[in-house]
Amino acid sequence: MCLAVPGKLIERDGHSGTVDVRGNRVQARLDVVPDVRLGDYVLVHAGFAISVLSDDEAAEALDLLDDPDEAMPHDGPLMP
Amino acid sequence: MTARSCHDLCRRIARRIEALPDRPVRLMEVCGTHTVAIHRAGLRGLLPPRLRLVSGPGCPVCVTPQTYVDALIELAGRPGVRVATYGDMIRVPGRSTTLERAMARGARVSVVYSIMEALSLARQAPAEQVVFAGVGFETTAPATAVGLKLAADERLANFTVLSAHKLIIPAMTALLESGDLAIDGFLCPGHVSVIIGADAYKPLAARFARPCVVAGFEAEEILRAIDLLVAQLADGRAEVENAYARVVTADGNRRAWALIEETFEPADTPWRGLGTIPGSGLAIRAELAHLDAARRFGLEITAREDDHGCRCGEVIRGAIEPPECPLFARTCTPANPVGPCMVSREGNCQACYKYSRAL
Ligand code: SF4
Repeated sequence: MCLAVPGKLIERDGHSGTVDVRGNRVQARLDVVPDVRLGDYVLVHAGFAISVLSDDEAAEALDLLDDPDEAMPHDGPLMP
Repeated sequence: MTARSCHDLCRRIARRIEALPDRPVRLMEVCGTHTVAIHRAGLRGLLPPRLRLVSGPGCPVCVTPQTYVDALIELAGRPGVRVATYGDMIRVPGRSTTLERAMARGARVSVVYSIMEALSLARQAPAEQVVFAGVGFETTAPATAVGLKLAADERLANFTVLSAHKLIIPAMTALLESGDLAIDGFLCPGHVSVIIGADAYKPLAARFARPCVVAGFEAEEILRAIDLLVAQLADGRAEVENAYARVVTADGNRRAWALIEETFEPADTPWRGLGTIPGSGLAIRAELAHLDAARRFGLEITAREDDHGCRCGEVIRGAIEPPECPLFARTCTPANPVGPCMVSREGNCQACYKYSRAL
């Protein structure tokens, strides 16, 4: 349940933003990453960005997502 | 991950283990995502038999007490009340049924991805009381904290949270204090540590002289963390090391912690299988009492359990492996789960059933 997925912040509107998680656009609150900037990679958990990743970290994390089993380690819909 | 580096790591770990005194070395992971990753990659089979990887209370769904599930089911059946919950919770058995089965009989339950959706439900239906099921460890608690603050700011009169949020370090402490389980070191959770920071394990490592290493989720990252743990044991060290430094910092996310502290205070709370652990839960602060479902609806969450022969309690403590439960893979399967450790995708029983049954 503590799984967080990486994605790129592509839109920002105050405390919320749109994150591109491998082509899927998800809404995420940005309350706990106040310094995040457009284009940054973030880890998203339960509709909240919980940390900002460096580009290297993001590349590695997204690499992980290339493995479909890793991206969706569980059956059914993506839950927090 | 490369097969080559995993192979090299396994050999190095095996050499280190051989140099240690001849007794089992038990390393506990306290993160459900690690449990799944370890089973899926078959890591137990790659490591020397003397090195035991033991799963601890790392699945927030599994450790949520039965009486909490019963309280949600009871609330969802009350006229004018709707329970909003992460999907992970709906198949977790209470004493006699699950939220999913209660839904089929008309209980009002909405599955949400985020607490933000639960707030929207409350805004859209002012005549309905929306109760959000606040479960999860430190990774998830900041979201609930923000939800509480938004509800307070907006003066939402029909929104409350039933908190079963838990803190991982008090649970690790309780396991070590109980002394009935030999644990030589901890593989510390990755995404919990994003919030609490690697330094948070320092008091535990020092007090109990147990090495703690924060690990990522790839097989190679987990093996690297195990290698660091075994190296510490060989040297007689008990330090905190961060093998997931690309994501986890020493301090964690201070902003997230501040939000948790603004809205919650530590409280004694019951865990399935572990009983009530002092200071291991997050209770909603008195200033926000009007947003606390336990107070608004007069609910009490206790450690009482009716296990129906399910041995999840022992599985959660790492005292038995899932196949030691007589129901495992017989009456209890992912399609027909008896206990929460088989319900949850991160439960040890389900991970074991899916990936390691043949072993
Ligand atoms: S196999 Fe099923 S009944 Fe046995 S401990 Fe696991 S969840 Fe409980």
